Amino acid sequence: MRKAIAVARKELRQIARDKVMLFMLLFIPAFLLVLYGYALNFDVRHVTLAVQDRDATAESRAVVSAFVNSGYFDFTARVVGEGEIESLMDHNAVRAALVIPEGFGRRLRQADDPNVQVIIDGDNANIANTVVGYATRILASVSGPGVTVASRAAPPLSLETRIWYNSELRSALFLVPGLIAYIAMITAVVSTALSIVREKENGTMEQVRMAPLGATAYVVGKSIPYFLLSLAGELLIVLVSMALFDLPMRGSWGALILAISLFLVGALGTGLFVSTVAETQQVAFQMSLLLAYLPTLMLSGFIFPISSMPKVLQLITYVVPARYFLVALRGIVLKGAALDTLGVPMGAMVIYAAVVLGLASVRFARQHG
Amino acid sequence: MSAIDVQHLTRRFGKFVAVDDVSFRVGEGEIFGFLGANGAGKSTTIRMLCGLLRPSGGTATVGGVDVGRDPEGVKRHIGYMSQRFSLYESLTVDENIRFFAGLYGLSGGRYAERRRFVLEMAGLEGRETMLTRQLSGGWRQRLALGCAILHEPRLLFLDEPTGGVDPISRRQFWRLIDRLAGEGVTILVTTHYLDEAERCGRVAIMHAGHLIGMGTVAEVKHVFADRPIVEVRVDQPVAAMQALDAMPEVEKTSLFGTAVHAVLRTPRAADVPVADRLRAAGLVVESLATVQPSLEDVFLDMIEKAGAR
Repeated sequence: MRKAIAVARKELRQIARDKVMLFMLLFIPAFLLVLYGYALNFDVRHVTLAVQDRDATAESRAVVSAFVNSGYFDFTARVVGEGEIESLMDHNAVRAALVIPEGFGRRLRQADDPNVQVIIDGDNANIANTVVGYATRILASVSGPGVTVASRAAPPLSLETRIWYNSELRSALFLVPGLIAYIAMITAVVSTALSIVREKENGTMEQVRMAPLGATAYVVGKSIPYFLLSLAGELLIVLVSMALFDLPMRGSWGALILAISLFLVGALGTGLFVSTVAETQQVAFQMSLLLAYLPTLMLSGFIFPISSMPKVLQLITYVVPARYFLVALRGIVLKGAALDTLGVPMGAMVIYAAVVLGLASVRFARQHG
Repeated sequence: MSAIDVQHLTRRFGKFVAVDDVSFRVGEGEIFGFLGANGAGKSTTIRMLCGLLRPSGGTATVGGVDVGRDPEGVKRHIGYMSQRFSLYESLTVDENIRFFAGLYGLSGGRYAERRRFVLEMAGLEGRETMLTRQLSGGWRQRLALGCAILHEPRLLFLDEPTGGVDPISRRQFWRLIDRLAGEGVTILVTTHYLDEAERCGRVAIMHAGHLIGMGTVAEVKHVFADRPIVEVRVDQPVAAMQALDAMPEVEKTSLFGTAVHAVLRTPRAADVPVADRLRAAGLVVESLATVQPSLEDVFLDMIEKAGAR
């Protein structure tokens, strides 16, 4: 153990002196967080809206003002005649139109199936979906369950939607846990793999192997600094997210640290595995990208929902540790989930870490035996 | 008891036999030189003796420890230094010493004492806080040696320790090696420099995984006992080689710088009319003398014979 500490101390000194590595571990995470946090924003705001109020009652005006005051819509045009909405949309003057039919107020008072029509420009399906969500919620809030929203394609139906935990549907809250996973993968996998492969390249590995130092002591000593730095970086990201993106921290810090630690152990194991395969830093970097970075970005549910992936890709996501980490993280941060409800994702991360560390140590021992 | 006792040591990589049935002994305090071309199997042998590589066959005992059975146990007794100055360049002199001391479990008073010893030996007093990458080759090499002997090993393995170092530093380095050997440390060194090999008590010559010659420098030179070597300086060395090769008394010729070495088949060089023959061929003979075989002659001769077999 004292030898592992000697290795760890040496490694920390090297990191402290290696400006590139230090930059990678400390500043890149913060930089990425701010960059992605602001750029990766799926929220739709300032939707241009045309209004055709054929009812002109107190009730209809309440609906219109609810739309305008929601903050999502910009009142752009008041429409009177037929065909005007088509013309406005064709010219991209408005993205959505609200049509309140005659007799809406009366039917609302009598609870006689009052309905309004919302027409949405569907050329961007993502935006259209989001706008449907906004409209539905606004209508529900003004009129209670009595109002129905009819889209052109679907038959009229009454629905009542409640969004929990992130009631404003702000995508930042959903994305930040993904960013935490993504950034952990970059720093932990890449830095571990590079630091070990660099020792191979420089020949210091051979010198160290000539000393009476077990492979375990070497690996543990090498990993401790990267684990601690990554953990510190991750917690910093959470704090910055709380400050910049109003990330709520509803769960316990203990559970959060446990989840991050489990994930980091798996990530360090992945980096170690890469270092047993790659002989040069360049190969190590590319392998890290392929093994860690891309799956975390694409296959974890960070950006693309797993449920909408093709079946084959869905199966692959089961071996992507970030998938479980995201469930645990979103659970802890957004829902305040207690540990006992997170058995599956936490267990899966333990299994991943065990498998990848096992693989890495078998390969490591074979090379060093 | 021998410090190193190697019997029928063999290492295969798949079908390739890197080290083939090698046996030798090295006594305590001896400087034992390992010569051979790149890929001859020198480094593979050293790696097995250091416990880094498991032998495929045979046994090797280093400092009384069987390397096949207890590779980790061997590491406690040995120091190792390679051509590549395996130090951490981004660490200071002191930090490198501290790290390697940590690996060997040195602490307290012993650490302080050994640190002082290494700094003094390498001539690095006052440079403790310099980054290793800022040191010149000779200093780095002596620091690497110091780090390899921090734990006072009884055996020291040096794998081409003087590659890429200036002649003055090489001389200083060998003075340190001699000093260590004088204190009873057994040293096994591989080298390309045949002048360095002359400083070894005994040498072993490896070729294609086999040990093709071994003994003191004088002993290995004995292969030329009945074959005197004549060194000829002429105006046209290549033409001289052709003329000499045509003589039945000449076994072979080789070029040594601007001179030609001719190995004769008869024990008495005076009986062979080398100079007459060269003049007959129209060459101007500048000098002609019988010379002692150099290790380079021995080395080339042995490799040639091994290749012919």
